[in-house]
Amino acid sequence: MTHLPVLPVLVPMAAAAALLLGRNAALGMRRALSALALAAGLGVSLGLAIACADGTVIPYALGGWRAPYGIVLVADRLSAALVVLLFTLALIALAAALAQELDTRGRHFHPLFQLQVAGIAGAFLTGDVFNLFVFFEILLIASYALLVHGGGRPAVEAALPYVVLNLVGSALFLVALGLLYGTLGTLNLADIADILPDVPPQDLGLVRVALVSLAVVFLLKAAVVPMGFWLPHTYAAAAAPVAVLFALLTKVGIVALLRLSAVALPATPAGQGLLTPWLPALGLLTIIVGVLTALAARRLAQVAAGFVLVSSGTLAFAVADGRADATAALLFYLPHSTLATAGLFLLAGAVALARGDLADRLVRGPAMAGAGPLGVAFVLLAVAAAGLPPLAGFLGKLMLLEGAGQGGWRWAWWALLLLSGLAGALVLARAGSVLFWEPREPAPPGRALPRLGAPLGVLAVASPLLTLAAAPAAAWARATAEQLHDPATYVSAVLGREEGVVRERRPG
Amino acid sequence: MSLELLLALGVGLLVGCGVWLILQPRSFPLILGLAFLSYAVNLLIFLGGRIDRLTPPLTLPGFARLADPLPQALVLTAIVIGFGMTAYLVALGLRAAAAGDDDRVDPPPGDDAP
Repeated sequence: MTHLPVLPVLVPMAAAAALLLGRNAALGMRRALSALALAAGLGVSLGLAIACADGTVIPYALGGWRAPYGIVLVADRLSAALVVLLFTLALIALAAALAQELDTRGRHFHPLFQLQVAGIAGAFLTGDVFNLFVFFEILLIASYALLVHGGGRPAVEAALPYVVLNLVGSALFLVALGLLYGTLGTLNLADIADILPDVPPQDLGLVRVALVSLAVVFLLKAAVVPMGFWLPHTYAAAAAPVAVLFALLTKVGIVALLRLSAVALPATPAGQGLLTPWLPALGLLTIIVGVLTALAARRLAQVAAGFVLVSSGTLAFAVADGRADATAALLFYLPHSTLATAGLFLLAGAVALARGDLADRLVRGPAMAGAGPLGVAFVLLAVAAAGLPPLAGFLGKLMLLEGAGQGGWRWAWWALLLLSGLAGALVLARAGSVLFWEPREPAPPGRALPRLGAPLGVLAVASPLLTLAAAPAAAWARATAEQLHDPATYVSAVLGREEGVVRERRPG
Repeated sequence: MSLELLLALGVGLLVGCGVWLILQPRSFPLILGLAFLSYAVNLLIFLGGRIDRLTPPLTLPGFARLADPLPQALVLTAIVIGFGMTAYLVALGLRAAAAGDDDRVDPPPGDDAP
């Protein structure tokens, strides 16, 4: 048995433990270990992606206890690629954090950061719903602490509603798991998919309640309206390097919902009409709220948070569509929009550093030091985030326009997606002209160029690179969508069908 | 049957108290409400394994069925996580209360602070 699927979780977790034990070691040592762990994680994730590239599904039974009795991690095209995206983004975020010296502004930054990464990796890789809950809690408690890290009173005030909402979400998650276990007798995702078609009619109501509760919890993590109003305030209060990693957090909810709906829901009486018509409507509403947030924003970080909401709404709508075409478009759009919004958060951080007291507020001020390179990065990220041609964001939107939005949703979908692009371009043009073009006074002397150049540069060129690699990326998205919508392969790979599962009926 | 009804009503009562407390605008009742909610949830998971007095948790001669030990493991995990989260929330609530001389959890007046 290959141990590859567990390594993306194990490496950062071991690093977190080591960093906690060696918390009094020299700062350089801790930084090196933290960076080394993420690089090693990126290495094993790339290995995992290569192993899964031909369409194999690799189950990993933790402790050798086979599914459905034990807990399994499952690596397939989707989870392997998302883990690669995670470690790439985490390396960029860590580089930014080190450049800003965020780790000297409070204790335990590195262990928390590693735990956050381990939690996200586990949430992507797990094949068990209760294990998903555990990894959600790991990534959440790390995010609670990272959110207030190095921040003063505003960060604490932003953290409180975020923590409370997520605790209520966790309670709902547990309710769903309790009901699911009480009716189906299993929490393994593949086993759930196997059992769902044969749910006795008297249990159908409870199972549907449990599945909808799960969906609601995932949508809370994805900040879909009406459970998304916490996001702009929270993300805008986080330090920029932390917000870079947070840009991926909302995608964890989307991916969990996507996997649940693709593997467990199709063509079963329990899953019939569970997500439609309410999820497409909520997705569209989220796009509207995101656009309004960006329009009303008074800081660049809030603009970025608005774009996160738009991205979440778009992805939620595509998940609700449920066809392989829509999923392929979603998978093409997801990494791009994650990197673009992460870039905007980092840019807001760089602008805040360059302008001192004015921070990233959208008001006119003296010219910035390093306004030239920052302006170039801003234009690239703005075009990417708003989804304008010629960059890959536009291609993603084109695929979404064609792939998703069937039946009565077509016109609303086309209108809102195109209008959100227009409004996004408008917002960013306004923000850019206030920050970069209107200042006439020269920059005050003695303020150096912020040192975020390298991570910001990587995020700014990510979208052009993805545009150049659009054909392979689209082929990957299509292959992944087809694999995702073929739950039979997933189920038989996880459960090892040839030996058969011995199962007794749940007592009434 | 009556025991099941009693426990189900208990879960409902705990959820009701928890939700009412969570809707209060101060952090102390809020934390209490979340604790009530987590008690209710733990009880619910526990009930997912069915109430059964006479089936053994191990294979014993003379018994055809086994009691389900998994919900107890799930509840244990949920309790540990819930405890950790509550502790963190108390610390956060104390910090927010100390910073603002007040434990109200209203949104701050202006959101354009850096």
